[in-house]
Amino acid sequence: MKINKIFCIIYFLFLVPLHSNDNKTELSEIYKNLRCLVCQGQSIADSNSDFAATLKLVVQDQINEGKNKDEIYGFLISKYGEWIVYRPTVNKGTILLWSLPYLIFIAGGFIIFVIIRKSKKSKAN
Amino acid sequence: MLSNIGIGLLVLVLILSFLTIYYASSDLKISNQSIKKSIYKLSLFQTTFIILSFFALIIGFINSDFSLINVYENSHTAKPFFYKIAGTWGSHEGSLLLWVNILVIFSYLFLVFNHNHNKKFRLYTLIFQNILIVGFLFFLLLNSNPFNSIYPIPSEGLGLNPILQDPALAIHPPLLYIGFVGCSIYFSAAMGSLLSDYGGKLFALSIKTWVKISWCFQTLGIIVGSIWAYYELGWGGFWFWDPVENASLLPWFAITALMHSLIVLEKRNILYSWVIILCLLTFILSVMGTFLVRSGILNSVHTFANDPSRGIYILSFLSLMIFSALIIFFKNQKKEKYNFNLKSKETFILANNWFMAFFLVTVLIGMLYPIFLDVLTNIKISVGPPFFNIVIIPLVVPFMFLMAIGPKFGWIKSQNKIFYKILFLILGAIVVNLFILYFFGKYSLMSNLIFIAAIFLILYSFLDIKKIINNKNKTELPRIISHLGFGLLVFFIGINHQFSLEEDFNLKVGETKVTNNFNINFEDIKIKENKNYKAVIGNFKLTNLKNNLVQYLNPEIRIYSNPETLTYEAAIKTKITSDLYLTMSNVSRSAYYNIKFQKKPFMIWIWISALMISLGGFIQLIFRKNEN
Amino acid sequence: MKISILKVIIFSFIIFSLSIFWLGLKINNNYDTKSLIGSQISNFQLTEINNDEQYISREDLRKNKYTLINFFASWCAPCRTEHKYLLSLSNKNKEIKIVGINFKDKKINANNFLKELGNPYGFVGEDADGKTSILFGIYGIPESILLNNELIVIKKIIGPIDQIQHDEILRLTQ
Repeated sequence: MKINKIFCIIYFLFLVPLHSNDNKTELSEIYKNLRCLVCQGQSIADSNSDFAATLKLVVQDQINEGKNKDEIYGFLISKYGEWIVYRPTVNKGTILLWSLPYLIFIAGGFIIFVIIRKSKKSKAN
Repeated sequence: MLSNIGIGLLVLVLILSFLTIYYASSDLKISNQSIKKSIYKLSLFQTTFIILSFFALIIGFINSDFSLINVYENSHTAKPFFYKIAGTWGSHEGSLLLWVNILVIFSYLFLVFNHNHNKKFRLYTLIFQNILIVGFLFFLLLNSNPFNSIYPIPSEGLGLNPILQDPALAIHPPLLYIGFVGCSIYFSAAMGSLLSDYGGKLFALSIKTWVKISWCFQTLGIIVGSIWAYYELGWGGFWFWDPVENASLLPWFAITALMHSLIVLEKRNILYSWVIILCLLTFILSVMGTFLVRSGILNSVHTFANDPSRGIYILSFLSLMIFSALIIFFKNQKKEKYNFNLKSKETFILANNWFMAFFLVTVLIGMLYPIFLDVLTNIKISVGPPFFNIVIIPLVVPFMFLMAIGPKFGWIKSQNKIFYKILFLILGAIVVNLFILYFFGKYSLMSNLIFIAAIFLILYSFLDIKKIINNKNKTELPRIISHLGFGLLVFFIGINHQFSLEEDFNLKVGETKVTNNFNINFEDIKIKENKNYKAVIGNFKLTNLKNNLVQYLNPEIRIYSNPETLTYEAAIKTKITSDLYLTMSNVSRSAYYNIKFQKKPFMIWIWISALMISLGGFIQLIFRKNEN
Repeated sequence: MKISILKVIIFSFIIFSLSIFWLGLKINNNYDTKSLIGSQISNFQLTEINNDEQYISREDLRKNKYTLINFFASWCAPCRTEHKYLLSLSNKNKEIKIVGINFKDKKINANNFLKELGNPYGFVGEDADGKTSILFGIYGIPESILLNNELIVIKKIIGPIDQIQHDEILRLTQ
């Protein structure tokens, strides 16, 4: 166990300086996160519609002005509502959305723990 | 005429279903061991007539019999023969007919192949399956009847939508329905098991094959759908966490968990209640998925001409199913002894179920949250790929470690020799990962972990294969192939995601776009007149700047006249090492064309590994059928 | 069947979820950008369609008691059907100033459109690439926005203005 732990520590130390952004351009990521409002379930990256084309121009302009992606999303949300971003923002309306899966996972783990403990007890009897 | 035959056959099947329920209920009271021959005959007639009704609809399509509204709306005399047939199950009504067919056929097969199991259990299963059949037949006949007729008979049909004329899309529904609807039989069997107190190992054996069949076809159906989306829809992706895709994924998680838990139930006679819950849950998820997709509740900006009555009917049926399942479960549930050995295979299978439940709950919450929020607070949000990726991916890492290690443990406490093997392989995985990192480019911490876990699973699987070759014991081979397929799938998706090149730009004819890796020269446009469409074909010369290799790609814009639609055909060059993907669309009222170019490394390996996953299942199904 | 808390919770949860599904079937699925109502429009600048030297910006609208900004184009069929309601509004209530924004169109076509159907606009701005329309939360045309003199959005109409909306605008601007 000890060798394993030491190795893990060395590996993670090694990894820290290598931790960097993914290869994808930020522009592509933003396009994929914006919903095409006139399409049936497509992002503006995938859509060929007029609206998607216009929105791409607007995003490009804002990037050139130096805005970061959160500012761009904030701007578009103020115009079109939360519906336009595929990654839901974290606010009191969506806190359940983001936390429930992990809460349930932990609850599941707890249940399994209880089951195993009960079976240890019944085996001891 | 055909309309009357079809409806007549359906009514016959309905009557036979009622008769089956009646006779099976009375046979329950007779305490001998074998089911009355008459019940077998009823089932056989029922199966024959429902299959005949399906053939009747096929004939309607082949003959372009437009007296049937369904044929009129979904077919055309100019449609190629193969797609005419595929049109049978392509519409809502036709696909429901396919549902009922599978319900009936599985009902009969389950009856016949389980003759060495408890009589009461089989009768209850038959009764519940037929209740499901009756429910769906009423829906079919009253609301979504493929045999409704129209007069005067139109001379030509409406259905020539070019996007639907594709081989993968044609076989995708039948494959998926065998999965979706196939799980009805073990829903009924679970109800039957509860009512007849037929549990444990014998119950597991009775449904095992059916769970595997539905799993194999569900997996294959989902994969074929993804392949179709990649090649035909023109956005270069294969999974969008779209509601329709998620609806097919939910039962898949449940069936996978069930398949693993059945192993425990069979070998150690524990987890019975959990297996019952999974059996009931799977078909409930299928019907719920159908409801969400066909009722129009999950919608985007456009409201389609969705029939709200459809949604109401399916919702009512779903509610009845859920409540009866809950009541029967709670009434007949027995307290189970917990008898787990900690460091044994069953704990790992429990862990598999734990993770599958997590994946299922995440996708379920992601799908349903916008609806709940909208109904309760009138706020509309979108939950898309970023949510699912962020929540699910981190847990895939430990999941893959457990997938590799779990099967190695025996049913009783295992030795510690395994520990050193694990350590050695983790080191190996880390080394391979560092190699990729060093030579090909940097990526995030999470991606590192994914690669390490995937490579670990892959290496472990290869070692297992080596062991099999040495001791010639092939029982583990299907499981290894499926698990190896999963590891490879995650690995190649990771590589594809990290190292794909994507460019989105506007170009006029004659212009060239220069990127870091490619020169893309828009050489010219050709117009070609085809039988039912006009094609605008772009000729693009791609020069790879790294090795000066030149390739030509020809994406198309197709303009169909009947009905008037526009489709965009991607130009895809598939090689072992990568795919080149190019789509072209015209920018309205401008001379520019919007070009999307992608280079996707190892794309074809994603399909190969996904198919491997289902291959393992099929191999086990075909070669171990004599185990019973 | 014993009644336990767990069972009660499960049953209640199922009933709750099924009710949400039921209600979900009834609600209106049409998306609209009503989030804009009550907020102030952003600053913008547009040149006049026939005169590059003349332009309009947000502050220019403060002098109007009410402004109706209408997004239109010559190639847009529903824009033709709504045009008579715009002309009617410009006649019936002089306190409403109508500003037209010509969206992704050619000058000559827009001018012909107005010559043929009449010109209700006090000012026609050009938005050739469509980017300015994004500032108003537009995603398709025709769309119209009604502002008061504090530049707050009072009403947003998606799609062509019909008789009902025409009357509603008159009512809101009395």
